[in-house]
Amino acid sequence: MSPIIAITNLTKTYASGLAALKNVSLSINRGEIFALLGPNGAGKTTLIGIVCGIVNPSSGTVLADGHDVVRDYRNARYKIGLVPQELTTDAFETVWATVKLSRGLFGRAPDEAYLEQVLRDLSLWDKRHDKIMTLSGGMKRRVMIAKALSHAPDILFLDEPTAGVDVELRRDMWAMVRALRDKGVTIILTTHYIEEAEDMADRVGVINKGELILVEDKAVLMAKLGQKQLTLQLAQPLSVVPSELAEWKLALKPGGHELEYSFDAKAEHGGVAALLKRMTEIGLVFTDLRTQQSSLEDIFVSLVSAKGQGQS
Amino acid sequence: MSAPIFNSHAVWAIYRFEMARFMRTAVQSVLTPVLTTSLYFVVFGSAIGSRMTTIDGVAYGAFIVPGLIMLSLFTEGLSNASFGIYVQKFTGTIYELLSAPISAWEMVLAFVGAAVTKSIILGVLILATASLFVPLQILHPLWMAAFLGLTAITFCLFGFILGVWAKGWEQLSLIPFLIVTPLTFLGGAFYSIDMLPPFWRTVTLFNPIVYLISGFRWSFYGTADVAVGNSLAMIFVFLCVCLAGVGWIFKTGYRLKN
Repeated sequence: MSPIIAITNLTKTYASGLAALKNVSLSINRGEIFALLGPNGAGKTTLIGIVCGIVNPSSGTVLADGHDVVRDYRNARYKIGLVPQELTTDAFETVWATVKLSRGLFGRAPDEAYLEQVLRDLSLWDKRHDKIMTLSGGMKRRVMIAKALSHAPDILFLDEPTAGVDVELRRDMWAMVRALRDKGVTIILTTHYIEEAEDMADRVGVINKGELILVEDKAVLMAKLGQKQLTLQLAQPLSVVPSELAEWKLALKPGGHELEYSFDAKAEHGGVAALLKRMTEIGLVFTDLRTQQSSLEDIFVSLVSAKGQGQS
Repeated sequence: MSAPIFNSHAVWAIYRFEMARFMRTAVQSVLTPVLTTSLYFVVFGSAIGSRMTTIDGVAYGAFIVPGLIMLSLFTEGLSNASFGIYVQKFTGTIYELLSAPISAWEMVLAFVGAAVTKSIILGVLILATASLFVPLQILHPLWMAAFLGLTAITFCLFGFILGVWAKGWEQLSLIPFLIVTPLTFLGGAFYSIDMLPPFWRTVTLFNPIVYLISGFRWSFYGTADVAVGNSLAMIFVFLCVCLAGVGWIFKTGYRLKN
């Protein structure tokens, strides 16, 4: 199946000389949730801006559902919805008026029943006659989402959708995003909350200093790059790690009651089993064990810092 | 489903949105310019005008009506059109316009169309107000409508360019109040330029506003400071310059896109 978004050799250099994107190529699959991670200034918003028509690319091409976003911008944009990072709203307008405007802007005939459903889904129906300036930050964020959904887009960009949003609303939004995906909407989100990507994304892309460092299926990424830790609770405390276990490079925790073994989830096939067998052979008894896998955040930090060191 | 070739829903949505803003702020948008212009009639038309002789056979109070309508058309056209696009830049909501499947000219049609509608409503209201103070006659009503419409379109296009260009509220009011208003006052809004000494009359002919007011006044009373053909030509020149400016803005993304 052809990707719903195909980005090829995309570069963006601003008039100031800042190279925001350097030869980025990326394909987004139809119906997936794709999380784009990166530190501030990495180029995430520029990338989204180009796809949505807000920023002019310096070179390269972007196809949205087969339509070039520059040459055939009308058909490309027709399919895209955008929730920008900033809470930019018509403060003096009502929720209903601004959502109606958005639907019209994207070339759809008025459909009050559909808009009512969007507002109900976002718990905004009771606020439809309120001016946006009277709403809380969380409600304004919902209005931004309602505007983006007002024309039933096939592709939805969420640029930091849950920034500054309380936990309850964040969970509501995650549920909403999943529901949209279930309806066939392709979702591309940028976020600083790594757990958000870890929880929701099908695939993850990491961008840093305008370069796409990797794109990977989230589960595969975590399996490939995730560090695992095995902690063994000992029956009797130790003062030093036995020499027979030297090859596993174990760490003895203060107090001598815990041994910790760090290993690469991919590279160390059989390492744990061999360790446990060896411990039994030398009569070292443990009463409990637990494993811990590194989070996407750990992976992200290690990738970005490794890239930074590589360039410095 | 493909996007429509002409995004009429978007044009209508923007137009309606802008007109709703106009109606919501009717006191500021309508009442203020009408009241201000009425004061001109009271002061210049009745109080001072009653002590003046006629100009080109027209009572002074009636003579200034076309100039006052034009003054209002210039300033309100500029303000309305520039505000409509500038406020989108100021609040950041322009992201939605730029990301919508709408062409540059559809956007201009919507914004400028709404601003033109507002300007013409104001012009007609001021004309109606003037008729309460002074005896009016319109010798060439079709030409009057043509001058009114073309001038409104031209200045609203100019206002759109101004709104895109402006980086702050101060810049937004710079052109209407520091350039257009003085040029209108010096462009024969309140007098015939034939009343000036020959040197200053020649200098005044370099003021483009003269041609617009003169043509519009001709449609009322059949007298003009410059040939009507020159007035029409000047309006078309302005119109073309403004259209070219808008075209350039959208081609380059000047102050709209990075």
